[in-house]
Amino acid sequence: MSRRNWWKALSVVLLLYVAVAGLLMPVPRLAILNESIRNLYFHVPMWFGMTAILLASVYYSVRYLRTPTPELDIRAHEAARTGILMGLVGLATGSIWARFTWGAWWTNDPKLNGAAIAMLIYGAYLVLRSSFTDEQQRARISAIYNIFAFATAMPLFYILPRLTDSLHPGAGGNPAFAKYDLDSDMRLVFYPAVIGWTLLAFWLAQLASRVSLLKQKVYEKQLA
Amino acid sequence: MKNSLPKLRTGLLLLVALLLPALRIAAQATAPNEPEMADTLRQNGKIYVVVAVIAVVLAGLLFFLISLDRKLSRLEKEVRE
Repeated sequence: MSRRNWWKALSVVLLLYVAVAGLLMPVPRLAILNESIRNLYFHVPMWFGMTAILLASVYYSVRYLRTPTPELDIRAHEAARTGILMGLVGLATGSIWARFTWGAWWTNDPKLNGAAIAMLIYGAYLVLRSSFTDEQQRARISAIYNIFAFATAMPLFYILPRLTDSLHPGAGGNPAFAKYDLDSDMRLVFYPAVIGWTLLAFWLAQLASRVSLLKQKVYEKQLA
Repeated sequence: MKNSLPKLRTGLLLLVALLLPALRIAAQATAPNEPEMADTLRQNGKIYVVVAVIAVVLAGLLFFLISLDRKLSRLEKEVRE
């Protein structure tokens, strides 16, 4: 790998570290949670990664609206798709964790429902994109929708759940980090996990974008 | 490609250094009446088998990503020419 791919190497090292240390490093002994506290290293970074990659998607969408190029549209689209993937994995892992700590696969918790609605908003982004035949129209309208989707989804994830009661840590006056993460042993794994999984999200989005860009180039060459 | 070996060594050393605190788990004392953790698994030593399997699976996936990345780079170069 070349010099500008150092962050991919960092992602590999951190993720391998997280897989091993996440299972072996000491964690606080807490009732109900037991060893499932280690899910913090895998479930929570999905949402951090999703937020970061969706923010990148908005960045590309804004840049597209300023200078419309097909490349910026492709990068915004693939970043959003990667974010949606991370979010779905986050919902699935959270559901498994909830089953064995709260006793149900899904509860009508504001944090859970907020996340589900936010994912639906992003699902509509994909539907919206697929409903245009004109490429420029598709790129422009989905760029605008993408900005609004981010602005609507973030309060649903991070603000509204804090205004009511919630079981979920980090919602309803329920501090996310005070209980587990003040533990310095967990910080040693949690922060690398967040960085590692976020970098992986950017790597996946970059690979997907490069495939789309190549496809486009080959298509243009065939037309020429 | 030429200087990828020292980089690999640096990466491995970094990984080993990061994992050193995990040795402390061996020294973690278990008092009675504490919430149940995977102590038996550790006593049997079998948890390390699971950790090794997960590490191999993840390494395989990441290796696949790296090779995909390289293939794409080559293809991009070909299309550019």
